[in-house]
Amino acid sequence: MKIIVCIKQVPNTNEVRIDNDTGTLIREGIPSIINPDDLNALEEALRIKDSRNNTCVTVISMGPSQADTALREALAMGADEAIHLTDKAFAGSDTWSTGTILAAAIKKIGDYDIIFCGRQAIDGDTAQVGPEIAEFLDIPQITYVNELKILDKSIKAKRTFEDGYFVIESDMPVLLTVIKELNLPRFMDMRLIYQAYSPEANFKVWSAEDIDVDLTQIGLKNSPTKVFKTFVPVKKFYGEQIKGTPKQVAVRCVEKIIKLNLL
Amino acid sequence: MNFELTKKQKMVKKAAERFALEVCEPIAAEIDKEHRFPRKTFESLSQYGFVSIGFPKEYGGTGEDKIAQLIVVEEIAKVCVATSSILSIHQSAANCINSFGSKEQKDKYLRKLICEGIIAAFALTEPDAGSDASNIQTTAVEDGDSYIINGTKCFITGAGQAEVYIVLAMTEPEKKTRGITAFIITSEMPGFSVGKIEEKMGICASQTGELIFDNVRVPKENIVGKYNAGFKIALTGIDYARILVIGAQSLGLAEGAFDLAIKYSKQRIQFGAPISKQQGLQWYLAEMATRIDATKWMTYHAAQMIQNGEKFTKEAAMVKYYSSETARFVTERALQIHGGYGFMKDYPLERMYRDAKITEIYEGTNEIQKLVIARAILK
Repeated sequence: MKIIVCIKQVPNTNEVRIDNDTGTLIREGIPSIINPDDLNALEEALRIKDSRNNTCVTVISMGPSQADTALREALAMGADEAIHLTDKAFAGSDTWSTGTILAAAIKKIGDYDIIFCGRQAIDGDTAQVGPEIAEFLDIPQITYVNELKILDKSIKAKRTFEDGYFVIESDMPVLLTVIKELNLPRFMDMRLIYQAYSPEANFKVWSAEDIDVDLTQIGLKNSPTKVFKTFVPVKKFYGEQIKGTPKQVAVRCVEKIIKLNLL
Repeated sequence: MNFELTKKQKMVKKAAERFALEVCEPIAAEIDKEHRFPRKTFESLSQYGFVSIGFPKEYGGTGEDKIAQLIVVEEIAKVCVATSSILSIHQSAANCINSFGSKEQKDKYLRKLICEGIIAAFALTEPDAGSDASNIQTTAVEDGDSYIINGTKCFITGAGQAEVYIVLAMTEPEKKTRGITAFIITSEMPGFSVGKIEEKMGICASQTGELIFDNVRVPKENIVGKYNAGFKIALTGIDYARILVIGAQSLGLAEGAFDLAIKYSKQRIQFGAPISKQQGLQWYLAEMATRIDATKWMTYHAAQMIQNGEKFTKEAAMVKYYSSETARFVTERALQIHGGYGFMKDYPLERMYRDAKITEIYEGTNEIQKLVIARAILK
């Protein structure tokens, strides 16, 4: 079985600063970590590897040179192979561009059974890249996974929301985005840290030239998203309670619907 | 001169920090209170390679990196000195086999000790042989292809938890220090037993006790290093431990206590302002920070000397003496800054303060360290 895990290196803080000129993140001076949900994605891949023979886990990440550390950490947790996608042409990519680049890299890797992504990154909070990769690759996707079972040629996942869940079965290949309730990520192994930094480490660096990617779809200037401002949305409740006998309530309800032009 | 950690060492630090916070800290108060040896923690330390750090790759280690070894002990000591003590004293016993053991001994024991959760202990001290380590009374008498060991050891870290003991015994008492030999004795050998387990003031979760050897038959191939070379092995092992056990854990302990003091002094409001605004308290913090910095770099430097294969007896004694004084000073000041809360068992400071005291005593009292330093500089 071949598993690909997409990880992102993020600043270790929720107080992300944004460059107002470009609308992108300012990474300088902030300690970086592997995005927490992505660690759960990696852990699940490693658990599958632990429980099955001939399973290979490849970790990929797109990012500047320092993202190297995140990939080596993934190797130190037990991933077999790491691929660092880095190129000036990738800089400033939004989720569309990032999804395009990652999908192109995954096509090049080929022959995969499961692609794992974290639900969303703590810096951008979009939760878009995973689903976009699945769309670009034209494979099924199951998001918000908090329970997973590998069957013969398919998988069964529990897709969870705040107020309920679906149990979904899908053929492989499939892309899954996972939430932190899925598992507890393991510690790095000291011996693997040293291996991850040794010349024998299975570590590749790919640039735009190495993957078959449409250059008109990537990078800052080709990104359709323009960020004007970021803020935490406030959830407002506009509902109205109608009181009375059932008949009165029904009448007032219909009046309201007509008044609001909802029918 | 470069004081930067390597990328590998930085990653080790990150991993050790997470392990310390998620595994060691949550149970630190509990294992202290119950005097309970954290066996599961030790198994996890083995599983993730924290034990094997700095040991040869062929036995499942990471390869030589004494700084990384120091970092792990330091990070754990920030939250639980007892656990850091268990780990580092085991490592220094294992290192004895690594440095002086035969190929056969390494093949037989090293992987078990650094990867498989088997604990080793070093048994030198006796009721009448503390600082005067040459006065040991345990004897080893040749009998065919074996030696028969008789005697009692005391204050042995890991007593009863360890399965492999490196035991120093008199093979030729008339030769004094040149008549001492080191043996590997395993807990299942007939005639070996564990005596009294001590109740200590600090590092309560680390089990310390007595070992009794009653006609224990040990095959000759269990001699570590050369016959009658045990005292030298012991001294080398102790030098190593003064840096990678005492230096590392004293440093970590002081840093841990200091971090708590900083945090508390910013939060605690008295007379309408955080107590960190008081100049008297700022002076405490300044003194603590300065001593920690001095301790840190002398300890790292000494660990680098081990790594480089240099002679480090004097530096080891300096690290042992200074780092342990720093640990005592900083934990005491940190407790004082916490006021009444620091005195309560609900806060970690009182445990840290008790734990600090042992660093001035074990692996050679600080008075002995000054003797070693003076001898080296007057030579």
